[in-house]
Amino acid sequence: MNWKTIFTIAKKDIQEARQNKSVWMPILIVPLFFVLLIPVGTIIGMSQAGPKATEMLSDPDMAKFLMNMPPAMTQSIQGLTPVQSGLVVMLGYFFAPFFLIMPLMYSTVIASESFAGERERKTIEAILYTPVSDTELFLGKVLAGFLPAVTISWASFVAYTIVLNAAGFPIMGRLWFPLTNWYPLMFWVSPALSLLGIAVTVLISAKVQTFMGAYQTSASLVVLVLALLVGQITGVLYLSVLVGLLLGVVIWVIAIIMMIYAIRTFNREKLLISTVS
Amino acid sequence: MENVIEIKDLTHRFGEREAIKGLNLEVRQGEVFALLGPNGAGKTTAIRLLNGLYTPSSGSIRVLGKDPAREGTIIRRQTGVLTETNALYERLTARENLRFFGALYGLPESVLLKRIEENLSFFALTARADDRVGTYSKGMKQRLALARALLTQPSILYLDEPTSSLDPESSLQVHELIESIRKNDGHTVFLCTHHLEEAERLADRMAILNGGKLLAMGSLDELKQKLAPGLWVEVKFTDAAKIRSGMDLCRGLLSFEQDGNVIRVKVQEENVIPDLVAALVTTGTRITSVEPQRISLEDIYFKLQGSVKEGAK
Repeated sequence: MNWKTIFTIAKKDIQEARQNKSVWMPILIVPLFFVLLIPVGTIIGMSQAGPKATEMLSDPDMAKFLMNMPPAMTQSIQGLTPVQSGLVVMLGYFFAPFFLIMPLMYSTVIASESFAGERERKTIEAILYTPVSDTELFLGKVLAGFLPAVTISWASFVAYTIVLNAAGFPIMGRLWFPLTNWYPLMFWVSPALSLLGIAVTVLISAKVQTFMGAYQTSASLVVLVLALLVGQITGVLYLSVLVGLLLGVVIWVIAIIMMIYAIRTFNREKLLISTVS
Repeated sequence: MENVIEIKDLTHRFGEREAIKGLNLEVRQGEVFALLGPNGAGKTTAIRLLNGLYTPSSGSIRVLGKDPAREGTIIRRQTGVLTETNALYERLTARENLRFFGALYGLPESVLLKRIEENLSFFALTARADDRVGTYSKGMKQRLALARALLTQPSILYLDEPTSSLDPESSLQVHELIESIRKNDGHTVFLCTHHLEEAERLADRMAILNGGKLLAMGSLDELKQKLAPGLWVEVKFTDAAKIRSGMDLCRGLLSFEQDGNVIRVKVQEENVIPDLVAALVTTGTRITSVEPQRISLEDIYFKLQGSVKEGAK
């Protein structure tokens, strides 16, 4: 296996994706909301809440969330004012699952472009006539989805950290983010979700003829993340460090099994026949 | 001359459908070999089989002495393919397209950069080399796709319908390029086309396919000899009265049709024509024109395709 060839394919696919508006628009817009607009809006709202923050914390849903919080998480809001607690709970805990949407979304959009998009434009045939092996082609395309998805997710996390600490400084009076539960989510669960997104997209791309068709179908994976969000809000499942680590293991295992299946079914003959049909 | 491609009893099926049926052919080193046939004849399938993209259902293929189904990667290092659709990355520039494909062949950077510039120049694309391919005309795209196929200086160049979507000017340009590639570099060219004049102009030998089955193979002269022996001559004159007696005087005539003051005579070979003219003049026939009717590839092709249709009835 020639890794130089694999990186050449990945580089070309990323270069092509960068030129496709349907790919980079969501990659640009989503972080704008999650990293800048929503957190800054929340901080401004909290800073002006004053006594209302106490009311907010006694809201039945919020009270249930706070009551069921694991001890490690409870410690992070001990001794804080209601406004500070509200900020930590909202942006430090409630918001965490949204950052899992990003790797899924980025990986599925780029992988859809890379696998289904290339077949849709019938450019794949020229690559199939080169000495590149099926495995090198597959891995190159997987890498083209994985590397940007993980990099942009991590960059968004760094930007979120800067925004929360900078904009939240007048309220918190110190640098308080990231919280420990974010580390497994960002560095363990997020790459696993990127790989899962690609694996699902590859399998869907074998059945769907267009980039949009593949993207729209694979993007339904976001439901998984929404389930985590609902689980946390309702106090059923907190994304603590331990839960993050376990969740990561489950997602890695599923993603790797799906990837092995995908690589076994990926070959020139099938690609050409599905392109023709 | 050495055979670079040998196909024996090749059959390829897609499910129940047979795309290639018991095909036998060889292609010699340095020749332009044309595979002719209507859409769906199995031409593209043949190129894919020869490059190891499909595994044959039965029969054997040897390309440069190797089996494409098992040694496809090695074979593809020595072949270049111009696909039916140009398969270029329209969002990338010409230079980026060539660089990507050259890298996939593992060409060293210095060699690759030199070849890119040479090919861009040969195909008259240097001035637009840094423009996105999406902004190119069809003719330019086809020239770039040819440049890509030749980037690695392949031993065998496959051209799948190289002029199918081009206007006459661009087609002529592509034909001239193919001729000069062959003349300068001695590549073996495997040309798939349904344009008969293209095959007639470029090919040394050709095979005619229909429904995946080989109908005939050989050089144009061999095909003429085999499938349409003899030569038709059209003679126009002013007085038909003694035409029959003039015909009786001439030897080597195969058949004869008359329509008023025009006769079409089939002769064994070209040197019978002066005897025919002399015989007619002897009888006092006043000849106004004598035109040998050349048998074209088109005549042979439609004769063969027609016989397939007749057979199907």
